[in-house]
Amino acid sequence: MSTKTVEFSLSGSREMGPDGIARSPLAPFDIPEPKIDTERMLINIGPQHPATHGVLRLVCELDGETIVKVVPHIGYLHSSFEKLGEYRTWNQIVTLTDRMDYLAPLIYNCAYVMSVEKLMGIEVTERCKVVRVILMELDRIFGHLLWLGTTAIDVGAFTPFLYSFQEREKIYQLHEALTGARITTSATRVGGMMADLPTGWLDGLLDFLDGFPKTLDEVDRLLTGNQIHIGRTQGVGAISGEEAINCGLTGPNLRASGVPYDVRKDRPYYDYETYDFTVPIGEHGDCYDRYLCRMQEMRESVGILHQAMARLPDGPINVADPKISLPSKTDAMSDMESMIHHFKLITHGIPAPEGDCYYAVEGSKGELGMYVVAEEGDAKPVRWRIRPPSFVNLSTIARLAEGHMVSDLIMINASLDIVLGEIDR
Amino acid sequence: MAEHDESGLEAVEQGPLTADAREPRNVASTGDPSDHPSVAALLDRFGDAVLRHRVNAGDQWVVWIDPSRSREILGWLKDDSEHVYDMMSDVTGVDYGRGRPVEVVYQMFSTRHKRALRIRCPLPLDALEIDTICDLWQSANWLEREVFDLFGVTFRGHPDHRRILMPDDYAEGHPLRKDFPLRGRLSRAEQTRRALAQEVERYYLADDLGHGVPQEVQAKLASQARPDARPDEGGT
Repeated sequence: MSTKTVEFSLSGSREMGPDGIARSPLAPFDIPEPKIDTERMLINIGPQHPATHGVLRLVCELDGETIVKVVPHIGYLHSSFEKLGEYRTWNQIVTLTDRMDYLAPLIYNCAYVMSVEKLMGIEVTERCKVVRVILMELDRIFGHLLWLGTTAIDVGAFTPFLYSFQEREKIYQLHEALTGARITTSATRVGGMMADLPTGWLDGLLDFLDGFPKTLDEVDRLLTGNQIHIGRTQGVGAISGEEAINCGLTGPNLRASGVPYDVRKDRPYYDYETYDFTVPIGEHGDCYDRYLCRMQEMRESVGILHQAMARLPDGPINVADPKISLPSKTDAMSDMESMIHHFKLITHGIPAPEGDCYYAVEGSKGELGMYVVAEEGDAKPVRWRIRPPSFVNLSTIARLAEGHMVSDLIMINASLDIVLGEIDR
Repeated sequence: MAEHDESGLEAVEQGPLTADAREPRNVASTGDPSDHPSVAALLDRFGDAVLRHRVNAGDQWVVWIDPSRSREILGWLKDDSEHVYDMMSDVTGVDYGRGRPVEVVYQMFSTRHKRALRIRCPLPLDALEIDTICDLWQSANWLEREVFDLFGVTFRGHPDHRRILMPDDYAEGHPLRKDFPLRGRLSRAEQTRRALAQEVERYYLADDLGHGVPQEVQAKLASQARPDARPDEGGT
């Protein structure tokens, strides 16, 4: 608008319009009232943006700072693991599973072989069951800790990030002691584990369990009653229980809405019904309740880990069937029978019966399902499908974020605890 | 198939195939439908639409149904108070190849009755279409898009029917189909050429917000002759 100087005089300045309303002295010059621009703004977040926790791209339509619409774009990390799996034998697929959720790789390793074992009717040893429970609960903490650190930093709290990553480092070391790798663990095999727990590993775990609750308490003190944190999370991204079920939310995201669905309780596997733990339930289904649920879940996991360590039986870790488990290296080198089994397992693999199997476990992000389909005698799957918890959880983000501010979108996205490696697969 | 070899030496000579492969333990059976109330009810009520049923992997019930009535049956399973499958855990596809039908698989769970059920709908290759269920379960929205993207199954009535993992203008088909070669249909050189020729600006336009593929891309895709898009079509 160009500037115009108006000659102003007191007398006669209050000119009446035809409708009896006093007109501004500017009116005779026909300068329009400044219009508020109602055009909606388009904002692109990602795919390279630290707050999207990966290569997620969100295109937002904004009215001022309010989100009218969010369109998520995914697939930047798509590697077609499911297709690759069709070209690999049952055991070779294990290495693909930890590359999906690299924040809790052992849960994925375990869930995959559990579904294959179920399809083949293999009953693993008692020791193996308890070891897998230990590994899965350990990685639940592992996954939740990453969520805790990154979510806190998204809303400006830097200290919990450092605390949680210090604790994660200890779990990394446990991973490394067990498998030789920190992230790409590939610890499981059909019928057992790659290796039994090394000597002293449980002491390392105990050491971690001693220190971890104290760190958790400190983070708890920093965040739970923190007015800034509460202001950023309470009432943000709320969803009712019924709608959450309909949207397919699982894991802590669903439980925060007050639905007590936990695969460990509702479809128990590996004797979870005999462990003493409670499933934390939220009330409001907002970001704050999701935070509380995850915090409490970590404490419950610590309890389960103690119970599992107490009941860990001795005995073999792998099933005795030589057509499933590899013989020891010594046997393979000295005993003809074992050498043949070794050769057959490596070159051909384990034949599966015809059928399909869907096996769900409670992953750190939600219900992690592994669906395998085979035909008679197949050493490779016809179809291997991961029911990705983050993928389904993320699909609700548009519904959760609409009507909130852009900064709330960041919080909502963080509170869903997604991992793009598994969403894009 | 031979019994387990005494010496094992023969097996080496016979090579790595199924000569002495372990007899697969058959953990599947036709089962007794009265064990699973929903299966019994389906047989009772939709007997003509139930193609077959089976128990796989020990205790997992699978029911094959007529795809033309899938929506009706799935909707009934969701709403009937005896069943209430309120959670659609997963929607996915299975392609066996060799001309066999592509199957759409629904994993359902009832949080009220703590029961799981798997429904499979075989779709013949010349009619890869099925009704959408994403108005019944919102969780099916992205899952159906993924099945469309990777298997080429069209979901009638889906509100946002476009690819999800692959780019909107992906021209090589549907990757999880068995006739899709592992490396894709185009040569690496052609894939690189196309990637470099992409208009990256297009991905930042406002029409991204609209549902569906933008008009000009649709026109481009329609005009593109398919045969030249698959110069090195190989086996699986």
